[in-house]
Amino acid sequence: MRFLNGRVLDPILCAKSPKGWGTQISRFSNIRPKFSGPLARVAQALLVACVVCFSVGATDPQARFNDLGHKMMCTCGCGQVLLECNHVGCTVSGGMRDELTAGLATGMNDSLILQSFVQKYGATVLAAPTTQGFDLVAWIMPFLVAAVALVGTILLVRNWAKNQAQLVHVGADGKARPPGIGAEMRDRIRRETETD
Amino acid sequence: MAAFGSFALLIGLALAAYNLFAGGIALRLLAVGGLARVSPERLAETARRAGIAGFAAVTAAAFALSWSVFHNDFSIEYIVEHSNIALPAPYKFAALWSGQEGSLLLWAWLLAAYGFVLRLTHKSDVKLHAYAGTILAGVQVFFLLLLNFAAPPFSLVRGGVAPADGNGLNPLLQYPEMVIHPPMLYLGYVGFTVPFAFALGALMMRYPGEKWIHITRRWTMFTWMFLTIGIFLGMHWAYAVLGWGGYWGWDPVENASLMPWLTGTAFLHSVMMQEKRGMMKSWNVWLIFSTFMLSILGTLLTRAGLVSSVHAFAQSSIGNWFVAFLVLIAVVCIFTFVLQKDHLKSEHRVESLVSRESSFLFNNLVLLAACFTILWGTLFPVLSEYVEGTKTTLSGAYYSHIAIPIGVFLLLLTGVGPLLAWRASSFKSLRRNFILPGVAFGVTAIACIAVGLKPWADEGVFYSLMTFSLAAAVATAVASEFLRGAAVVRRQTGKDYLSSTILLVRRSTRRYGGYLVHFGVVIIFIGFAGYAFNRSAEKPMGPGDKMEIGPYTLVNLGNTQESNANYDSEFSLLDVYQNGKKVLAQSMAPEKRVYAVNGQPQTMVANHSTMQWDLYVVYEGRDSTTGLPIIKAFLNPLVMWIWVGLVVVVLGTLVALVPSLSPSRAAVAVPVPQPGPMQAAVGVTGGGD
Repeated sequence: MRFLNGRVLDPILCAKSPKGWGTQISRFSNIRPKFSGPLARVAQALLVACVVCFSVGATDPQARFNDLGHKMMCTCGCGQVLLECNHVGCTVSGGMRDELTAGLATGMNDSLILQSFVQKYGATVLAAPTTQGFDLVAWIMPFLVAAVALVGTILLVRNWAKNQAQLVHVGADGKARPPGIGAEMRDRIRRETETD
Repeated sequence: MAAFGSFALLIGLALAAYNLFAGGIALRLLAVGGLARVSPERLAETARRAGIAGFAAVTAAAFALSWSVFHNDFSIEYIVEHSNIALPAPYKFAALWSGQEGSLLLWAWLLAAYGFVLRLTHKSDVKLHAYAGTILAGVQVFFLLLLNFAAPPFSLVRGGVAPADGNGLNPLLQYPEMVIHPPMLYLGYVGFTVPFAFALGALMMRYPGEKWIHITRRWTMFTWMFLTIGIFLGMHWAYAVLGWGGYWGWDPVENASLMPWLTGTAFLHSVMMQEKRGMMKSWNVWLIFSTFMLSILGTLLTRAGLVSSVHAFAQSSIGNWFVAFLVLIAVVCIFTFVLQKDHLKSEHRVESLVSRESSFLFNNLVLLAACFTILWGTLFPVLSEYVEGTKTTLSGAYYSHIAIPIGVFLLLLTGVGPLLAWRASSFKSLRRNFILPGVAFGVTAIACIAVGLKPWADEGVFYSLMTFSLAAAVATAVASEFLRGAAVVRRQTGKDYLSSTILLVRRSTRRYGGYLVHFGVVIIFIGFAGYAFNRSAEKPMGPGDKMEIGPYTLVNLGNTQESNANYDSEFSLLDVYQNGKKVLAQSMAPEKRVYAVNGQPQTMVANHSTMQWDLYVVYEGRDSTTGLPIIKAFLNPLVMWIWVGLVVVVLGTLVALVPSLSPSRAAVAVPVPQPGPMQAAVGVTGGGD
C-alpha cells in the first residue's frame, strides 16, 4: 500500500489545529463519572463489551485508512471520494493520502484526524454532513418524512377499513344484511381484479 | 448544412406552435360546443398533421447535425467542441449528444418521434389523442424554442474561419456504451411525456373511466424499460470507465435519472389499483405529473450548474428556461387538478392494512421516500450554502446510511405484495403463502452466518445478510407462484411442467411478466449486496513484482508505452495466478490513455468478471517517488449479478408487454388456477400484476 511504503510522516500535521491536539484531548479529562453502584458497573461492562465487539478490526491501520479515506473528498474539484480520485497528475489526492497516513501513524483517533482535515480544507472535505447544527437536518429529514408518511398511511387505511366495516350491505331484495361476501360481491370483485 | 439544420429547426418550431394553438383552439371549441366558422374537427386534424410534419422537420435537423459530424464540418461550433477528424465513426454518433445543444436536439427529436407514433395511432380514441397530442406539442415548443434561441446546435464558429480539426470527444465518452446509453436514457426521460400528456389530457376533458390508462400502459412500460436500461448502462459505463471500482457514485446526474425512475415505478404499480378497483386516481395523476417534472428538474439541475457533478455542463442561462418551464408545468398541473378534482373521486377505498391494495400503497410510500431522500441529498448542498454559506458535501457515505435501509425495505415489499389477496388477507392465507418464503429467509440467514458473515460486526454486512435472506424469500415466493400455477395447468391439460408454465405465462403475461421483473430485481439486489465485501489492494509494480488480492496473485510482466493518432497510452501486462496456476490465458492489461487532441486522460480498466466476483485492475499512474506504475486491484463480489438481473428485468417487461391470450382461448387452453384460501373465499382468481 502506498501509505506503508515508508513515506516520511508529516511532522507539521499535529500543529495544524490552532488549539493543538493536547488542548482538545484535555477537555475529556475533566469529565466526571455521574453513575456509580453495581448496576452502573454492569452497564459499563456491557457497554465496553459492545464497543469491543463492534470495533473488532477497527485498529487495523489499513482498515482505518480505507474507512477514513472514504469519509473524505478529494479537494482537486473532481467531486470524488479521496481514495477514489485517480486522475492522472492529480496534485491533491496524493498529498491528502500522505497526510492521512501520517495522522494514523501519530495515533490520533478518527475524529481528530477528520477534524484536522476540516480545519485545513474546510467542511467540504467531509464526504457526508456532520451531525451538528444545520447538517443534522440532512440526516433527520428523510427519516422524518418517511416516518410521517408511514404513520399517516397506516392511520388513513385503518380509518378507511373502520368506515368500511360499519357499512351495511343492502341486498338486491332491499333488505339490510351484515357485511359479508355474497354472490354479487364475488362477481364484482372477480370483474375488478380479473387478469387482462 | 448548418443553414439547412437551422431552417429545419425553425420550421419544426412553427409546426409545433401551430399544433399547440390550433389544437388548443379546436379542443376549446369542442368543449364549449359553440358555433364556429371553422369546423373544430378539421382544425384538430390540421393540428395533428402539423405534429406529424414537425417530426419530419426535427428529423431533418438531426440528420443535418449527423451529416456535419461525419463530414467534419468544423464551421459549426458544436462540432469543433465535440468531434475531431480522428474520432472513430461510432463515437461520432456519441458526439451528437455529448454536448448541451446536441443532447437537447436528441431530446427534441425523440419527443417528436413519440409524438409521431402517438398521432398516427389516434384512431383508438380521437379526442383523447387530440388532447394528448396538443399537450405534447406544448412540450415540443419549449424544446424547439431552446434549440432555436438559447442553445442552437448549428451556431457557426466565431470569426467565421473553420479550424482544421476539432477538440475531440471527451475521452470518458469514448466507450462503446456511450453510443447507446444516452439514447436509452432519453427514450426513458422523454417517453414519460406521453403518459403525462394523456393523464393531463384525460383530466382536462374529464375523461370517463380508465381507458386512458389502458392506452398508455404500454407506453409507460416501454418508457420505464428504456429508462431502466439507460440507468444500468450508465452504471456499467461508470464501472468500466471511471476506474474507481464502483458502479454508482450518487452523482447528481445519476440521482437525476433515478428520481423519475422511482416515481415511474410507483406509478406502474399504483396505476393497477385504478385499473382494477378505481382507486387512487388523484394519487396516480400526481405520480405521473411528478415523474415528468422530475425529468425536467433533472435537466435543470445539471444544465444550470446548480450542483457539482462529473456530468454537469457549465453554468448557463439555459437553467432559467428550465425553471420557467417547470413553474409553468406545475401551475398548469395544479390548476387543472383543482378544477377537475371532483372527477377523481375513488370508487373504492382500501379495506384492510393486510391486503394487496395496502401493499401497493406501502410500495408507493417507500419508492417516494427513496425519491425524496435522493432529491433532498441532491439539493442539500445548495440549501446548506444558502443557510450556512458553505456547500456541504453529500457522497455515497450519506446515501448508504439512508438509501440502503429503504432499499432493503423495498425488497421486502417486492416479495410480500404479490402474496397478499385483494381487499383483505386472512390469517390462514398469510400462513399458507408466507411459510415457504419465511423458511427460505431463516435458512439463508443461518447459512450466511454459518459461512462467516458477522452482521453484528459491520453495518454493511448486516444489510448484506438481510438482502441475501430477503432475496431468498422473495425468489421462493415468486417461484412458488409459478410452480403453483403451472401445477394447476398441468393437472388440467396433462402437459409437462415447462409447457404448462409457458401456457400459464401466455394466459396472463402482465402478471407473470411482473413476477419475472421482481425476480430480476432480486438478482440485482444480490449483486448490490456484494458491495459490502469489496476488497482492494494498491502497489507500485515493476516487472516481476507480485501483488496479492483475495485468492489471486498478480504478477507484472512489464510496463509499456504506445502511441497512435488518437492517444498515447501506458499500460501494464499482468498475469493472474490462483494456487500457483495461471487463471487467465491472456494477460490483463490495465491502461491509462492521454488523448492527443485535448490532453485529457482516460482509464481503461482490465476486468475479469465471473458470477462469483470481478477482478478489476486499474493502472492509476506513476508513483512520484519511484516512477513505477501504481496498480490498484479490486475484488468486487457478485457484480455480474447486477447485469444478469437487468437482463431478467428487461425480459420480464417484454413478457408483460405481450398481449395475453384472448379469454376464450385461454379458457379452453388453460383453466383458471386454483385460488388460495382467502382468494377462494372472495372468488378472486388472482390479480393482474
